[in-house]
This record gives sequence, C-alpha cells and structure tokens, in this order.
Amino acid sequence: MIRLRNLHKSYTIGRNRLHVLKGIDLDIGARELVAVMGASGSGKSTLMNILGLLDRFDDGEYTLDGVGMGDLSETRAAQYRSQYIGFVFQSFHLIPFKNAVENVALPLYYQGVPRKDRNERAMTYLEKVGLADRAEHLPSELSGGQQQRVAIARALVAQPKLLLADEPTGALDSATSRDVMKVLQAVQNDGVSVVIITHERDIAHMTDRLIHLVDGRIAGDSRQRRLNPDDVVVEIEARDEPPVPQSAASPATIGMAGTPGTSGSVGTPAIAAEPSPG
Amino acid sequence: MMSFDAWQEIFDTVKHNKLRTFLTGFAVAWGIFMLVVLLGSGRGLEHGVDYQFRDDAVNSIWVSSGQTSVPYKGLQPGRDVRFDNQDYDEVRTRVPGVEYSSARYWIFGSQQVNYKNENGSYSIRAVHPGHQVLERTKVIQGRYLNEFDLRQFRKSAVLGTLVAAALFRDEDPIGKEIRIGGISFKVVGVFDDEGNEREREFIYLPISTAQRTFNGANRVNQILYTTGDASLAKSEEMAGATRRILSVNHTFDPEDQRAIYVNNNVENYQKIVALTSAIRIFVWVVGIGTLLAGVVGVSNIMLVAVRERTREIGIRKALGATPGSIVSLVLQESVLITTVAGYAGLVLGVLVLEGLAKAIPDAAFFRNPQVDIRVAISATVLLVVAGAVAGFFPARRAAAIRPIEALRDE
Repeated sequence: MIRLRNLHKSYTIGRNRLHVLKGIDLDIGARELVAVMGASGSGKSTLMNILGLLDRFDDGEYTLDGVGMGDLSETRAAQYRSQYIGFVFQSFHLIPFKNAVENVALPLYYQGVPRKDRNERAMTYLEKVGLADRAEHLPSELSGGQQQRVAIARALVAQPKLLLADEPTGALDSATSRDVMKVLQAVQNDGVSVVIITHERDIAHMTDRLIHLVDGRIAGDSRQRRLNPDDVVVEIEARDEPPVPQSAASPATIGMAGTPGTSGSVGTPAIAAEPSPG
Repeated sequence: MMSFDAWQEIFDTVKHNKLRTFLTGFAVAWGIFMLVVLLGSGRGLEHGVDYQFRDDAVNSIWVSSGQTSVPYKGLQPGRDVRFDNQDYDEVRTRVPGVEYSSARYWIFGSQQVNYKNENGSYSIRAVHPGHQVLERTKVIQGRYLNEFDLRQFRKSAVLGTLVAAALFRDEDPIGKEIRIGGISFKVVGVFDDEGNEREREFIYLPISTAQRTFNGANRVNQILYTTGDASLAKSEEMAGATRRILSVNHTFDPEDQRAIYVNNNVENYQKIVALTSAIRIFVWVVGIGTLLAGVVGVSNIMLVAVRERTREIGIRKALGATPGSIVSLVLQESVLITTVAGYAGLVLGVLVLEGLAKAIPDAAFFRNPQVDIRVAISATVLLVVAGAVAGFFPARRAAAIRPIEALRDE
C-alpha cells in the first residue's frame, strides 16, 4: 500500500534549514491500523502530510498503491487524494457553512458523482457513524465528537484505500476519543488502511502497529495486540477517578511524550503495564 | 466547467456567505447605478439643448432689417433699411456657401381665412421653397411650395395642421379653395412643425404671389439661408459677406449693428454644442471615476474573500479539489454575483431615470433622459471582468499553495 524509501524533507525557515525527515523507510500494507507517535517536532505531522500528498518531499521515494508519488503536480496530487486518501484532522476542518450531509458529500462532488447519488451515499456514511439524525445540522450545532465523526464519514465516503488521521482525538475528551477510535477500528475492519498520528499513548495502543518517530527518524516499529477502546475506558476512568498514583501518571505520560527521552520507553508502554481486565 | 452541479455548489456558497455576497454585489450595483443615472442625466441635458433648437435649422443665418444708428457717407442715422427682392437674390447668389435660402415677406396682422362656412384668423408667411428646410417644416400631406408656384404667381397655400383642422375638420383639404383676405387660394399641402403651437397656425404662401396680391411690391422683411456644413469661421465669413452686400445696397456702415440684424445660428449652436460636449466629458469623467471606484471595490472584496476562504480552499483541496476547480469556483462565484448585481444596478438606474423623466415634466433644459444600453452593458461587463480578474490572481495563488499551508490558516 505505502512504501517509503529514504524519504527526506526539510523546511527553510528564515535562514535556517530545518531537516525534518531524515531518511524514512516504511512499508504499510493494506488493511493495517497503524499509530505513529512522536514528540512535537519529531516530524510525525510532516510525515502524514507527505503521505497524504498535502506536502512535497525533497528526496527519496514514495509509492502509493504501486504508483510513484514523486514530483506530482497539484492537479495530479488532487486526483490521487480524491481517489486514494481520506483525511481526519485534529480540528475537524468541516466547512462551516455546509451542514453535516453536505460536508460528507463534498469529496464525491470532486469525484463528479451526481448530486442525488452523492447525498444518498453521504447519508449512508452518516448512519455508519451514528449521526443520521444530525444530517441537517451545521458543524457549529454539533459537539466536538460529533464533528469528528462527520469528518470521519467525510473521509470515508469516497471509499479511500488509506485513511490518515492527524491527532483525531486531540481536541476531544477521553470518552469521545474512545468513540472515535472505535469508529476508526471499524474502518480498518472494513478494509481500509488507517494511519493515526497521535501523541496519546492510550490511543496508540488501540492500533495493531506502533511506529515511533524521533527526530525525523523511525526509532521503533512494533506490532502489538490492539486494545479494545471499551477496555481502555476502564483504565481512563480509573485513572481519572482514584486520586494519587495513576492520575499523576496521566499528565506525566503526555509530558514525557514531549521529550526526546520518550524513545527509551517505546517497548514498554505505560498502559500495558497496568492490569487489563481481559 | 459550467455544469449544473458546479452552479449549485456556487449558489450554496453564495447563500451561506450573505455579507460577502452583498458587499461585492453592492459595489457593482452601485457603480452601474451611478453610471446609468449620470449618463442618462447627461443625455437628458443634451436632449434639452437639442430641443431648444428643434424649431429651426441649426446651420442657418437669419438677416432682419433695422434702422441705421450711425451717420454714413453723409447720410443721417435713423433711416429704415428695407430689403427687396434684389437684396435676396444678391445674397443668395453672391454669398459663397449658401445652401438653401428664402426671403420672408410679412403681411402685417392676421388675415381672415375662410372655407365654406368655417373661418378663422391666421398669420401668413410669404416665403421661398427653401424655407421648408430653414424652418424644418414637415409636409404631412400634399406638397410644399415650389419654384413654379413662385414663377407663375400661383395662388397656392400650405396650411399648418391646426389651420387645416379648424377649417376642414374631417374633410381632405388638398385641392380645395380657401379665401385669404377675400382672395382665393388653392390648398396644396398641410405641414407640421415641431416648434411651439404657433408654428402650426401659420399659412405659407409663395412670396411672389403674396407680394403682388397683398401690395407688397418687391418688399422683403427677412432673408434667411442655411450654411451647409460650414464651420463656425466659415459661417462668420458668410455673415460678414451678407452684411457687406446689404450695406452697399442700402448705404449704411457695415459696422452698424442696428441697421440690420444678422443672427448666426451656427454660432449659437456651436456654443451650445461646446457646452454640451463639456457636459458630456464631465459626465464621462465622473462616470469613469465611479466605475473605477466600483472596480477597486470589487477587487478589494474579492481579495479579502479569497483570503478569508484560504482554509476552506485547503479543506476542499484535501478532499480532492484540483487547483483548477478552486479557481473556477471563485471565478464563477464572482462572475455570478457581479453579473446579477450589475444587472440589478442597471435596472434600478433605468427606473430612476424613468422616474426623473416623469418628475421633471419636459423642462426645456432637461428632457427625455436615456442611457445608451450598450454603454451600460459594457460598463457591467467591465465590472464583471474586473471582479473576475481581481478574484483570479488570489484564487490562483490560493489554489496553488499546498493544502497543508492553507489548512494551517486559522
């Protein structure tokens, strides 16, 4: 599905040249559920933008579904995005003046699907994320979780092969995050490769594979048994409720994610150490 | 590109961005509205001026006799100057550039005119055939006077519409005998005149017949001729030549302004034409200024609109919109709004002009304001293009920047 070879990307900020991705080699197969973790500045967002053809890379090789993605024109990139990729963003990025079903239908508009067909398919996907009754609501009339589910429906409506989610739960509370993750897991079960960028360990453990980015390089890439979001709830709630040790651990985990030192703890995720009901 | 679906997408955007739509539309509608009202009013002024000259040929010179006011060659001032047929012939033949000409012999007072039992009292003008052009007389029935009428001293008469209506009612006047001051004349034609009411109450007779019939001998009261397409300078030369011929014939100082009165309509008309073109230039300058303000307004709003939509453009691109589709979305929206608004401004402007025309009832200085619809449409097209151009560059830039940068734009 995705094949990256020695991928490099740098930005020029003022006079400084910032080397963000320093040679990424990565293969993601079809129907994978992958989390990419890393501290801010580790290059994970850049990686996702490049995977999503939202940004260009400087050097190396990127093949998506067997097609080389080097040096695409904006028009070609738009066509591949339309054909292969769905996006879910941290801040949802719904178009504010379109209601839920119109937002969901938008990718189909760019595929040239007739209006009636478009709206029917959009409704189907809204049903899938459980928001059929909110179809006529504007984004501003929806809660954060609902907006993100609309965004997921929109990402899926064009039946992409790859779903890229950039901090999909970053703006959501833990219960809502769990709902969103359930939806994303279901998406993968339906046969779509899902790549989730996150800095939340809990979220990362709800995937099958965890890739750690440190300083523009892949520092860890391990398979794992995905956690059921329903199981994690208990932990999250447990951590939220009882006072001293665990609740202190929660911010600490996030805090650690912000430091380069995190890479050391890759193999032993904090949550895995806690007793799992399963 | 202009698919129904695309239009629906645009209507959707327009519908949900009412303020932006309104502002863009308002800039255009206002520009066109002002332009239409301005140009229309300017045209109204022009028409008003033209109306002042509607009665007589604008390229004519009218010579009337007066009284000498300065001594000349040993002669006392205060002598009456009396034109005769010879003066007319000399002016007609010796002044270079005379086109149509006529003399006028006045039969003083109005004459009793009757046909069968109908009668009335009307003024008579005894003239040459050329008078038709000079007075802009429109023959609506029969014919005007001709050379044969004059040469053969025919008793022919051409009646104004009001005269014909009063004397003949529903009867056809052509060929009928009427009596003017007890003398029998044959009606050869009926005329209309765009001048005031009085012009239609005249009766024209051949000058030769009238001089003979009404004891005029060879008396002439006025000499008038048209100057063709003479320039103002040329017409002044012609007026000067006329004055010199007459001053020799009647022995008065050519500089004596009261011996004869030479009224050069060309000169008057040229002054008014100059005034009208000044008005027209002024109106156009202001109009173009208004239009430019409109162009700037539309451009400004388009720039802001595209800026404001950067994030939306980013989202659309992430969802698979090609740069081309983004540019055409912005452009079609701009064209739609400016066209509709421009049309609205046009209609509103025309309505206001109509109202103005009704509110100012045929004042001499302002009448029948209208706007050249081609100008109005060109102006609208200009604004539409300006809006499109103003939208195009930022839209192309927005469409070209990578979606990730557009998305970052909060």
